[in-house]
Amino acid sequence: MKKNLKNKIALIVAVLLIFVYGIFGLPSGLTGKALMDSLTKRIHLGLDLRGGVHLILQVVVSEAVNAETDNTVARIQQDLQTAKLTYSQVYKPDPARPDVIRVEGTDPTKASAVRSALDAKYSNEYDVSGGSDTAFTVTMKPNIVKALNDKTVQQAIETIRDRVDTLGVSEPVIQQYGLGDNQILVELPGISDLDRVKALIQDTSRLEIHEVVGGPYPDDQAALASVGGVLPGDEEIVHGSGVMSGGDSAFVLKRVSVVAGSDFRSADPGTNQNTGQRIVRFTLTNEAGDKFWAYTSANVGRSMAVVLGGRVREVANIKNAIRDTGEIEGSFSQEEVEALSKMLRTGALPASLNYLEDRTVGASLGADSIKQGVTAAIVGILLVMVFMLIYYRGSGVNADLALVLNLVILLGFMGFSGATLTLPGIAGVILTIGMGVDSNVLIFERIREEMRAGKVASAAVDQGFAHAWTTIIDTHVTTIVSAAILFLFGSGPVKGFAVTLTFGLLANLFTAVFVSRVIFDAHVNKLKSGEAVSI
Amino acid sequence: MEFFRDVNVDWLGKKWYFLGFSLIFSIAGIISMAMHWNKIGSPVPLGVDFRGGTQVQVQFQNAPNTNQIRQATEAAGIKDASIRSYGSAGTNEMLISLPEQQDESSLDAGRARIVDALQSHYNNPFTVRNVQVVGPTVGKQLEKQATLATLYSLLGMLIYLWFRFQLIYGVAAVIACFHDTLITVGFFALTNQEISLTVIAAILTLVGYSMNDTIVVFDRIRENLRLSRREPLPDLVNRSINQTLSRTVLTSGLTFLTVLSLYVYGGPVLRGFSFALVVGILIGTYSSIAVAAPMLVAYQEWRAKSGRTVVLPAAKRSKV
Repeated sequence: MKKNLKNKIALIVAVLLIFVYGIFGLPSGLTGKALMDSLTKRIHLGLDLRGGVHLILQVVVSEAVNAETDNTVARIQQDLQTAKLTYSQVYKPDPARPDVIRVEGTDPTKASAVRSALDAKYSNEYDVSGGSDTAFTVTMKPNIVKALNDKTVQQAIETIRDRVDTLGVSEPVIQQYGLGDNQILVELPGISDLDRVKALIQDTSRLEIHEVVGGPYPDDQAALASVGGVLPGDEEIVHGSGVMSGGDSAFVLKRVSVVAGSDFRSADPGTNQNTGQRIVRFTLTNEAGDKFWAYTSANVGRSMAVVLGGRVREVANIKNAIRDTGEIEGSFSQEEVEALSKMLRTGALPASLNYLEDRTVGASLGADSIKQGVTAAIVGILLVMVFMLIYYRGSGVNADLALVLNLVILLGFMGFSGATLTLPGIAGVILTIGMGVDSNVLIFERIREEMRAGKVASAAVDQGFAHAWTTIIDTHVTTIVSAAILFLFGSGPVKGFAVTLTFGLLANLFTAVFVSRVIFDAHVNKLKSGEAVSI
Repeated sequence: MEFFRDVNVDWLGKKWYFLGFSLIFSIAGIISMAMHWNKIGSPVPLGVDFRGGTQVQVQFQNAPNTNQIRQATEAAGIKDASIRSYGSAGTNEMLISLPEQQDESSLDAGRARIVDALQSHYNNPFTVRNVQVVGPTVGKQLEKQATLATLYSLLGMLIYLWFRFQLIYGVAAVIACFHDTLITVGFFALTNQEISLTVIAAILTLVGYSMNDTIVVFDRIRENLRLSRREPLPDLVNRSINQTLSRTVLTSGLTFLTVLSLYVYGGPVLRGFSFALVVGILIGTYSSIAVAAPMLVAYQEWRAKSGRTVVLPAAKRSKV
C-alpha cells in the first residue's frame, strides 16, 4: 500500500513535469521574459487573439468545366475533320450547362462512324448519346465533373498557398471548407491589410500562348472582316497593346492555347543581353514541352501570341522549333517581370473566386481580448479556489491542488497538440475550472455524508470516491458530447472553445479523481486512528 | 462550513408554483420571439455571422457622435447603415453595419465605403478594430449548422441517458434541457441581444451542463429506488433532491462564479456568450430540481391512472 502510493505520487509528478514542458518547452532561461517567449511559441493563439484575416472563398468550378469542354469541342472538330466526317457545328448549347456538347449536322449515312469516332476517344470521360438523326449529345460524366471540381479546388488551394507564402505569414491556414461546396478557408494571422491580400489571392492573370490567325487589326470590325465576317467557333478576338502593335489593337487567335498556366515548370526574371529588354525565362513541363515542340516545328515562320490576363502582351515569330525552354520578351517593367515570373511559378488560379465571408481582427482588439480573457480567468479561478478553501478547509487544499494540475495539463495539452487558443477557448478554460470543481464537490459531499453516517476516515474516503465515480463519468460524458458536436459544427473561435472544454474535462477525470484520491490517501495514512479528515 | 445540512424541503409539493414560474418565463420568451419574428423575420436579433452583411467596428480617438457619423455615411451615399455604440462608453467604439449584399462578388465593397466615408466626412481619427463581412451563402449555412448542432446534441443526450438509465429518464432530462434552451433564448429576445455563433456555443454547453445537474439527481433517485422500494415515489424523489441539494447548489454556484467573472471582465466580445451562460446556469439548476424530477413523478402517476405497472427502473446493485 505504502509503496503503491509512492508509485502513484511519482506518476503524478512525472505527468506534472511533462505538461509543464508542454506549456513552456525548454525556455532559454528562467526569467519572466524567457518564459513568456517560450510560452507564446508553444501555445498557438487564434486569429481573434492575434489579429489577422479570415476569408472564406468559393471556387467557381464551372469555369474549369467550361475550359475543359471548350478544349473537347476543339478536339472533336479536329478528330472529325481528320476522319473526313462532315458536320455543321460542334458547340455548347446552354451556358448554364458547361458540361454538355452538341455535335450537329453530321452525315446520316455515317452516323455509326461518327459515333465510333466519338466513343473511341471520349467515352471514358463523356456519355455519348443520340445519332438516330444527324445530331449527337456529348455530356461529361458526373463523376468526371466531380473529379474536375475537386481538382480545381485543390489547385486553387495550392495556388493560394504559394501566393500567400510570398507574404511571409507564419502559420497560414489554407484548406477546403464546408461540405463539398467548393469552398476554401484562408486564415492569415498577423495580417490586417485585407486589400493587399485580396489583390494577391485574386490575381487571375493567366498566361497562355496562342496561335495567331491574323492581326494586328485596328478594331473588331477589321478583325472580323479578315475572317470573312463570321468568327469560326475555334477562334477568338483578343485585344492587346505593346510596342509591336502600337496602341490597342485586335488579334484573331485560335481559341485553344498551345501552352497554358499549368504547363510552366519554372520561370525567372532576366534581361536580354542584346536588347537590354526585360524578359522572363521559362521552362515547360515534359509533357507540355513535347506539345510545344510538335507545334513549333510544324509552324516555323508563323506567329504566336503571349496572352496575359486576357490581353495580348506580345506576338512572336517562331524562328525554329522550341522544346521546353523559352523567353518572353515584351515591354515589361521590372515589377511586371517579377510579378509575371512569380505568377508562372505558382501557376494561375484554375478558376475565379468569390468571397463568401471575410473577417479582419485588428491586432489591438486581439491584445485587448487577451487581457480581458486572462483577467476573467484569473478572477474566476481565484474565486473558486478561495471558496473551496473556506468551505472544505483541509480538503479545499486538495481540491485546489487538483485544480492547478488540471490547468497545467490543459495548457500543456494545448502546447503539445498545437491546437489553437481562441477567445472562446479561454472561456472554455474558465468554464472547465467551474465544471471541473464539480467532481471534487461531488466526492467531498459524499465523503461528508458517509462521515455523518459514522464511517471512519479511510472508509468514508473510499465510499465517497466509489459512489461519486459513476456520476462523474455521466456528467463528463454529457458535456463532452456537447463539446464534440460543437467541434464538428463550429468554426474557428467556437472550435477553440470545444477543444479547451474537452481537453479540460478529460484532464479533470485524472486530477479530480486520481490525483485527489492519492492526496487523500497520503493524508489519511498520516492520521492517527479515530482522527477525522478535515472536510 | 456547510450550507445545507439535513434539508427537508417538499419540492414536489411546490410543483404548481414551479410550473407557473416556468410557464411565465417560457411564454414571455415565446411572445417576445413572436414579436421579433414579425419585425425582423427571425425570433431573436441575429449577429452578423447569421444575418449576413457588413459590420465594421471602429474605435475613435474622441467620443463619437452617432448623428455626425450618420451624416458622414449619408454624405458618402450610404443610405442603409445602422450605427450603434459598442462596449462600454469610455472606449469610444462604434459598430457600423450594412445590410446583406445579394451580389456575392461585391461583398467587400461595403467595408471600403464605410472607411472612406469616415475618413472624408467625419473629423475624428479612428482605427478599424474588427471587420466582418458575411455573404448570404455562409449565413444560411451557419444557421442550418447551428440548428442541427443543437438538435443533435439534444438527441445525443437522449440516447446516452436512454442507454445509461431508461427512456423515461432521458425524455424527462431532454424536456428539462429544452425548457432551459427555450428560456435562455427567450431572454435574448426579451433583452434584445444578438445571438451570434459564440452564443450558440454557450447554449450547446448549457445543454450539457444542465444535463449534469439532472443526472446527479436522477442517479440519486435510482440509487434510492434500489435501497427503499416501498417508499412512495414523491417522498423518495424529494429525499433524493434534498440529499443532492448541497452539491447541486455548490457546483452551480461555483460555475456561476466563474461565468460571472467572465461576464464582468471578459470584455464585449464575449458578452453575449457569458450572458447566455449566466442565465442558463441559473435556469439549468432550477430545472433539474423543478422540472426534470417532478416529470418522473408525473409520468408514474399518469401510468398508475391508466392502470399500468408503476415501477421506475432502479439502479443495479453497484459493485462496491
